[in-house]
Amino acid sequence: MIRTEGLTKRFGSIIAVDDLSLDVHEGDVYGFLGANGSGKTTTVRMLLGLVLATSGSADVLGHPMPADWRTVLPQVGAMVEGPAFYGQRSGRANLSLLDASGIGGNRHTRAGRVDDVLEQVGLGHVDRRPVRAYSLGMRQRLGLAAALLRVPRLLVLDEPTNGLDPQGIRDIRGLLLALNAAGTTIFLSSHLLAEVEQMCTRVGVLDRGRLVLQERLDVLQRPTGRVQVRTSDAAGVRALLNGAVEGIDGDRLLVRTHDAAELNQRLVGAGIPVLELAPERHSLEDVVLAATSIAPDRELR
Amino acid sequence: MIGVEIAKMLRSRRTWSTILLIDSLPTLVAVLLALTDLGPRPGTGPAFLSAVLTDGTLFPLAALAIVLPLFLPIAVSITAGEAIAGEAQQGTLRYLLVRPVGRTQLLVAKLVSVLVFVVLTILVVAVTAYVVGTLLLGQADVIGGGVTSVSGSQLTTQELALRTLLALGYAMLCMTGVAAIGLFLSTMADSPLGAALGTLTVLISSTLLLTLDAAQSLHPYLPTRYWLSFVDLFRDPILWRDVERGALLQVVYVAVFLGAAWANFMTKDITA
Repeated sequence: MIRTEGLTKRFGSIIAVDDLSLDVHEGDVYGFLGANGSGKTTTVRMLLGLVLATSGSADVLGHPMPADWRTVLPQVGAMVEGPAFYGQRSGRANLSLLDASGIGGNRHTRAGRVDDVLEQVGLGHVDRRPVRAYSLGMRQRLGLAAALLRVPRLLVLDEPTNGLDPQGIRDIRGLLLALNAAGTTIFLSSHLLAEVEQMCTRVGVLDRGRLVLQERLDVLQRPTGRVQVRTSDAAGVRALLNGAVEGIDGDRLLVRTHDAAELNQRLVGAGIPVLELAPERHSLEDVVLAATSIAPDRELR
Repeated sequence: MIGVEIAKMLRSRRTWSTILLIDSLPTLVAVLLALTDLGPRPGTGPAFLSAVLTDGTLFPLAALAIVLPLFLPIAVSITAGEAIAGEAQQGTLRYLLVRPVGRTQLLVAKLVSVLVFVVLTILVVAVTAYVVGTLLLGQADVIGGGVTSVSGSQLTTQELALRTLLALGYAMLCMTGVAAIGLFLSTMADSPLGAALGTLTVLISSTLLLTLDAAQSLHPYLPTRYWLSFVDLFRDPILWRDVERGALLQVVYVAVFLGAAWANFMTKDITA
């Protein structure tokens, strides 16, 4: 769906994106992670033809961008750096105006399509109020509605849950996952690890303009080969397993073993009360922090 | 897309308040003239103003001469400066471009919408001025229908109407020149205000240089040089020289600045 090769963007002497080779497959929910200022937005803008690359190439939906924007962009829905609307008009009027602005916006079916996307994002009930009176969360939903207007094959979203309350985040996550299940590929740019962890199937990590990691999420979150045990008899576990215990923190222990079931059996067999037992996994946070260096906007210049 | 842009412009409250403001000055002048009957002496003040006291049908031209040097260019600068930079500042530019709307297409639509604004404003000014003029100041020679040209000879009503239309067209062309400069700066600047002020700076500099003898060699190329030459259309016979030069100069300005606007916008990184 998205494939870039050596994609590079310089702004003067600053290299915003450096030799980026992305590979997003059809059906992915791709999490594009990076600190603020790492080049995520510039990359998204290059994929959409807003910013022109200094060198390298970007193929979106199998066509080169920005050369084939006429073919590509009608099949892409996007939200870049927050939604933007004409504040004095209603949400419905804004969507109608956007729909009327380009090709494929059949006038007769417009009202129906606008209603559909408003319903999808949970804004079916609002009307008449100008967008400037909307809350941040409502604007965010309206931005998503605008992205969905073309029934896109690819959704490119930059921080889609920004400004939403927990219920709103859940709604949107549910909507995106449903769209993905129906075949929409989602490219989700975010600095929120939790958001990516909950939704994405593949992850790319950008650090100061360079892609430092690109992998399936379940591979990144593979087991560490240790099992976490919580018990009221930590000393008993230690005595039983001897060298396999790698750490104790109060009633929590880390045990080196690949077989959680066998460990459980041994503990129970020895009469040790097991309160919790789970294989330890690499957390996305650890993986990302290990792959990246200091965030660029915290760096001393 | 062109229709959408025109609709946006027509439905904007600012468009109509601007037109109302522009329209109010000549109307005020007409009321004052009618009340006091004190016109400027012939040869002083804005063109035609001394003649309208005797003939209200000339008032559209007087109104044009009143708004053309300052009011109208300000309004056109603001509208043209807003075109791209306004969308950029609101953030709506990126969503229009990924909608997708082609960059050339967007620029053309914006240009057309600014031109519609120009035509609309000038027509509103002319029509109100005609109505106000004939109502308040009366017509000079209802039977003969003739009015006195600037050169002193008589013009028939038909001649007058034709020349008035020519003058309006000429004023529109001059404002198109302003619109082209404004549109170019609108693709350059980050804020619509910056683009509008930049355009006004160009026009004010031009007006200033026109008063400076040392800049004599530049005068024929300054954008505001021939703006008021439409007065020559009411000489008998018509003095075409300055009108022709003015029209040609505006065409060159329009071509150069629109070309520059297009070249800049096509290669611009949209980071707003």
